[in-house]
Order: sequence, then C-alpha cells, then structure tokens
Amino acid sequence: MGEAKILMRRDAVAVATDPSEVERKLSVPELLWNDGFVRKTAIIIFLAVVWEIYGTILDNPLLFPTFHDTVITMYDKIKDGTIPLRAWASLKVLFMGYGTGIVLAALFTILAISTRIGTDFLETMTAMFNPLPAIALLPLALIWFGLGNGSLVFVLVHSVLWPVALNTHSGFKSVSNTLRMVGRNYGLRGLPYVARILIPAAFGSILTGLKIGWAFAWRTLIAAELVFGVSSGQGGLGWFIFENRNLLDIPAVFAGLLTVIVIGLIVENLIFRTIERNTVQKWGLQS
Amino acid sequence: MSALLDVSGVTLRYKTSSVVVTATEKVSFSVDRSDRFVLLGPSGCGKSTLLKAVGGYMKPSEGKMRINGREIVEPGADRMMIFQEFDQLLPWKTVLENVMFPLLMTRKLAKKEAEARARAYIEKVSLTRVVDSYPHTLSGGMKQRVAIARGMAMEPDILLMDEPFAALDALTRRTCQDELLQLWEETKFTVLFVTHSIAEAIKIGNRILLLSPHPGRVKAEVIDVDRVSSEDGSAAKLEKQIHDLLFADTATAH
Repeated sequence: MGEAKILMRRDAVAVATDPSEVERKLSVPELLWNDGFVRKTAIIIFLAVVWEIYGTILDNPLLFPTFHDTVITMYDKIKDGTIPLRAWASLKVLFMGYGTGIVLAALFTILAISTRIGTDFLETMTAMFNPLPAIALLPLALIWFGLGNGSLVFVLVHSVLWPVALNTHSGFKSVSNTLRMVGRNYGLRGLPYVARILIPAAFGSILTGLKIGWAFAWRTLIAAELVFGVSSGQGGLGWFIFENRNLLDIPAVFAGLLTVIVIGLIVENLIFRTIERNTVQKWGLQS
Repeated sequence: MSALLDVSGVTLRYKTSSVVVTATEKVSFSVDRSDRFVLLGPSGCGKSTLLKAVGGYMKPSEGKMRINGREIVEPGADRMMIFQEFDQLLPWKTVLENVMFPLLMTRKLAKKEAEARARAYIEKVSLTRVVDSYPHTLSGGMKQRVAIARGMAMEPDILLMDEPFAALDALTRRTCQDELLQLWEETKFTVLFVTHSIAEAIKIGNRILLLSPHPGRVKAEVIDVDRVSSEDGSAAKLEKQIHDLLFADTATAH
C-alpha cells in the first residue's frame, strides 16, 4: 500500500494582504438607494410632480386642482383645525371598531384551535362573511343601531374580524409540528401554550391579518361616512370630503383625500413597518 | 435498583387516513441511569415513534412505559426531547432566552438562577460568543448544540434524542458526536438516542437495541459497546456484525 502526500501551498497566505479587495464599503448614493424609505419617497415625489404638471396643463381647478393648490388648502384646513378634528373623529371610531374586531377575532381563533367544531365554525363563518363587503351591511346596521357610531362600529368590526381571524388561524395551522412538540415538552397547555408558542410562531401571518384588517377598516369607514355622513353633530373625513364636494370646493375634496392617503401611509410605513422590523425581521421569519 | 426507564411489551399503532399502522410490536427494554442507550434500525422500524411514545406524545395500545416508577401519560420536562429538525429553537428568542425558556416555563428556577445555569450550559457547548444571537443567524450544527444545551440545562431524568445529527454535514456531525461524549464524561446524564447509522450508534452508545422493520420488533441488544475502539479495528468489526444482523433477512429475501 502506498502513502498519500500533502503538498502545502502558499496562495492563501500571500493573497490575504489587501483587505480592501475582500470588503469594499458602499458609496453614499448606493447606501441611500438601499434604504426602502428613500426609494419610496422618491416614488411619491415623482407622483406629486406628475400631478402638478397635469394640473397646470389642464388648468381647471374645479375638475383637477394642482398639487400645490391642494397642499395649500390642506395647510389652511389643518391650521384652522378642521382636518385634525375630522381625522380624529374618524380615527376614534376606527380604533373602537378595530379593537373590538381584534378581540372577537382572538376569541374565534382560540375557539377554532381548541375544538374541531370551533374550526368548522370559523371556516364556515369566514367563507360566508369574508367575501361580503362590509359596507353592504350598513343599511341594515342603520336600522339596528340607528344613525350613530354604533352602526359604524358594527360595519368596522365586520370588516376587521374575518381577515384577522382567517390569517391568524392559517398562521396557527402552519406552526411546525416540531415547535408544537417543543412547547408541549415543557408542559405548556391551553392559553399559555397559545401565548408562548402559537402566537409568536404565527406572528408573521397575524401581522399580515392586522394589516389587511386595518386597510379594510379604514376604507370601509370613509365609505360609510360618505354614505350617511354626520353623526351626533361631528362628521369624520368621509363627511368632510362629501360636504366640500357639495360646496364645489374641489381643492378641499382633494385635501381630504390626501389626508386619508397620508394617514394610510403613516400607519403602513411607520407603525406596521416598525413592528415588522422589531419582530419577524429580527427573528429571521421574513426578509 | 430498578431501571430509570422501563419499557415493557409496548405495541404502538397510529392511524393514517385509511389504515392503522403498527409501528412497533411488543418492544421491551430498560435504560439505567447514565446509560447511553441507542435505538438502531432501518427506516420503518418504529424507532422514532418509540421515542415519541417515551416522550409522552402517543399512547401505547399495549404494554407499559415507566420512568422513575411513574407511568408515562403525557409529555413532561422530566424527559427533554431533542429533535432532528433545525426549527426546534424558538426563532423569536435569542440563544440565551431559548435555553432559559423551559427553566422558566416549568418554574424550575427563578429568573436569575435560570440565566446563570443557561449561561453555564451554553459555555459547555462552547457557544458563549453567540449567546445573544437569534437562531436564524446560526449554522445547523450550532442550532443543534443550542438544543442540546437547552435539554441539558433542565437536568432532566433522561434526554431523548431523535437523530439530532442526521441533518448535519459529515464533519460537523463528527464534532457534535465528540462533544456529546465529552459532555457525558462531565455530567453522566442519561440519554436515549435514535439513529439509523450503525457507526453513530457504536460511537455514541454503551448499549444498542437493534430493531427490525415492519413492524418494529427487538432483534438483539448489544451491550458493553464502549469496550470497542476504532483504533484496533474492533469497532469496524462490530459494525460489520451489526450490519449483517440487520440486513440478514433482506439478503435472503432477494
């Protein structure tokens, strides 16, 4: 039998002298472009410029006011307190509906994962009500709860409950068997098991559900306010838009719409992004 | 002194959507304290199912399983499972929090002591420098070592290991096996180890239970496995013997 030989090579020692070749710092523009926030801001600025150009060419503020007209109106309306008041009126109702919807969704999903009949119940209910637009229930809600926040909260709950419950439940179902066994190994049962294992493990899906639920609730609310407007002497943003259209104050209508959009952007990009960065992204569950 | 884990005449059946599968039939064995007991057999011999049953995840349809004299009815922290899958660590907790988690959940220790003990065991598997990292930043071998530290930190009656190194590359697997033996030298824990690799069984175990497939039955028990060594070739000889024994039927059948 022969013997193998090991020949030592010097390549590895010689090349490692210049560290800049292995690791190069990115330039400032490259760094900026890597930031999603910067890229998105660039898109928004681009859209605003297009809007401004189109508005100037059209030159018909009754149909399509320019971007700067809208911003000026918005500034005035914010300064005199109309928009903040209206936005707050909308958000207050929204929080009530969103909160109630989430609590109900939590109850439904816990019921669904603990019993088989609960699963069937949730699946049937979501199949029935998820495709039904929440706003379609508004006429009925008006009869049941009258012309007030009760009706709004009812349709909001309907718009939040099903997407949140559906996503949370499918998130729970996709928690890996290994993690479930790990949890049970430590004697976790019932609610502690849900809180310590299932919810964090399914947090990505839950967050998606919360985001969809938020978007549904926000659009349902504005639409509902447009339909029946003022309640108890104080209207929200939807009513603000409707009111100004009747006054043919189109820049104010645009300002109202812009406020709806801005609030949507803030919630999506500040609140939900921050939660995502500190949870699912940090845990490596989402890139 | 009676055995730490006593499995007598255990038959395990599980239902798929259309059939009832018998995984093991009348399997008996007993594990003493500080044993490194290996369940070895080809796929389909029910060794993993057997381990899950000892873990309390399924009930035997026949026979009894006792740990420390108590019958096994449900999962519990006196039998810590270590799985093959890398996702057994909780991804939302750091390495330290992962090791502390069972200690806190079972209220075995207060937070301060739990942290001290977790740090000690993380040091034992030499992962101190990643103590505050999240699992997704670790390599497969490191994840398995964290899982082992987590299991050992509980100081359970028995560690149940379900092919913990099977998904690792060959080099890492060898390091992990050596490390496990090193840890055993230090603390003399009891471990029930499932594998389909004969070489791994000989390296890890001091006793090996050979199971035959479809359904799993005990074929033989190998004792004093730690007397063989890889230097004088006795390990290779034993490996050959076990191999011939396990595949005797298939050889004649074909």
